[in-house]
Amino acid sequence: MNKGTKLAMGIATISLLLVGCGKATSSTSSKSSSSEALSGKVTAVGSTALQPLAAKAGANFQAKNSKVNLTVQGGGSGTGLSQVQAGAVSIGNSDIFAEEKEGIKADKLTDHKVAVVGMAPVVNKDAGIKNLKMAQVKQIFTGKITNWKEVGGKDQKIVIINRAQGSGTRATFENAVLKGATAVKSQEQDSNGAVQKIVATTPGAISYLAFSYFTNKLQAVSIDNVTPTDNNVENNKWKIWSYEHMYTKGTPDKAVAAFLKYMDSKTVQDSLVKDMGYISIHDMKVTKDAKGTVTQN
Amino acid sequence: MEQTNFQLKKQKSQSNDWSARLHHATRATREDWMGKGISYLCIGVIILVVASMLWFITSKGVATFTQNHVSLTKFLFGTNWAPDQGHIGALPMIVGSFAVTFAAAIVATPFAVGTAIFMTEISPNKGRKLLQPVIELLVGIPSVVYGFIGLAVVVPFMRHVVGGSGFGIISATFVLFVMVLPTITSMTVDSLRAVPRHFKEASLALGATRWQTVSRVILRSATPGILTAVIFGMARAFGEALAVQMVIGNAAIMPKNLISPASTLTSQLTTGIGDTIDGTLPNNALWSLALILLLMSLFFNALVRVIAKRGQLKHER
Repeated sequence: MNKGTKLAMGIATISLLLVGCGKATSSTSSKSSSSEALSGKVTAVGSTALQPLAAKAGANFQAKNSKVNLTVQGGGSGTGLSQVQAGAVSIGNSDIFAEEKEGIKADKLTDHKVAVVGMAPVVNKDAGIKNLKMAQVKQIFTGKITNWKEVGGKDQKIVIINRAQGSGTRATFENAVLKGATAVKSQEQDSNGAVQKIVATTPGAISYLAFSYFTNKLQAVSIDNVTPTDNNVENNKWKIWSYEHMYTKGTPDKAVAAFLKYMDSKTVQDSLVKDMGYISIHDMKVTKDAKGTVTQN
Repeated sequence: MEQTNFQLKKQKSQSNDWSARLHHATRATREDWMGKGISYLCIGVIILVVASMLWFITSKGVATFTQNHVSLTKFLFGTNWAPDQGHIGALPMIVGSFAVTFAAAIVATPFAVGTAIFMTEISPNKGRKLLQPVIELLVGIPSVVYGFIGLAVVVPFMRHVVGGSGFGIISATFVLFVMVLPTITSMTVDSLRAVPRHFKEASLALGATRWQTVSRVILRSATPGILTAVIFGMARAFGEALAVQMVIGNAAIMPKNLISPASTLTSQLTTGIGDTIDGTLPNNALWSLALILLLMSLFFNALVRVIAKRGQLKHER
């Protein structure tokens, strides 16, 4: 009587709870999928570099398609790729090609390039550096040059601030600058915002940032006298840039397809993308593949 | 549903014949069962959650060694942390974590004990009215705020005073000191208050001064409690991620001094987790770091239990 009833009661309560939860979720999902207009659930997760654009575009998209439930989250490129591969989200945002990430089966995913981001070395204004040679940048990040006076700046120790290993920005920077060499071990920060703040306040600091994070409190560095501008990225004179990818797995459902189409539309590419400091995919005069080979369009 | 049934039955008059009432469970008995059922259910859920977390972290953390075949000694004593290139020497982070933890505890304990003595022995009134709310406030401040203050105030300050970039173990110690101070203080206060009143009275009656009473009798008999407080503080420092990550600089290099950037287990976890792919070595390596953290917190808990047991014996004597 005693133990048996207790157990039975326990089970009953649990199952009641479970049934309750199950019902709630199933009813909402069936409601949203059965209506006439474009509807459904779009979840885009991943790259923090793409997140602001995706969020803004997503909000605009949702204003037009009120039945679509669209969520944009950060988490990092690795998270985006692994989550879309696992089928947990509908769109995986990434700064890097899926091919570049170990553990991702790129052939299972479809790539949608939605924007281009240029990145440049940034230094603390005190260092007195405005231009560097590509080889010098490499020597700084591999630890061969440790004082700004060696490259024409102040007599000041160089403080390297890297992004976290595996971050998309770091991968792009290292592909373009280090070309296989290993970066010296140094401070690592996990976001553009942190890097921006630290470089601006730490004497002798150098790091790299997406163009949209430039402020007048830090100095963006030209490389080989090429200034980091959108135009120079578009014709590949400026080498440090990457695509912002939205990856999907299998055939995207209607809502996801519509959102991806919207991201590629003139409305987004010609205004929103540029306003937010990205470079439109339509303006690119070159194409880069996963191996880093650049071809003229 | 069961709730409403209950209320219905409650409203019914209990005028059934006695034999039926004696042979059936009363409302009170059923309430009893119900209460027990709910308690058992809650306990069950909690045990399930804890057990599955332990199992999950352990199985993930062990994968580094079973699937990727990294040797345990290389992981624990290697100093090269570059998971993308297959090097996962975690010693720099282990050393970093212990360094900030011990440093913070060493700095915070005298302040905490001093504050606690003031609050219990010297000026209990002011202590309750003034210091208690302050300490409670310190506990309530989210760690990201501590980290932000650390980044905006402590790091530039350290840069001015000791040079370097300002990021490093010393900045992390400073931030953690403020964070563990309330934990250690409030627990020390509790243990000082728990000292039997007759200890103090006997000491004073024997002609001891107030300072002699405090230092030789009260602190002495509260030692196990104070140690427990310190260990709880250390456990908090060891597990703190965000605030430390913001000020320590996150460089996976063996800390050579207190003012160069270093990293801790937690800071490495928070910076790295978003950029790794499930099932790959860099991801598994992070889980292994998490496993170390888990084992350490279990160790801290065990330590607290041992000390508490010893303390009990002392009081009985």
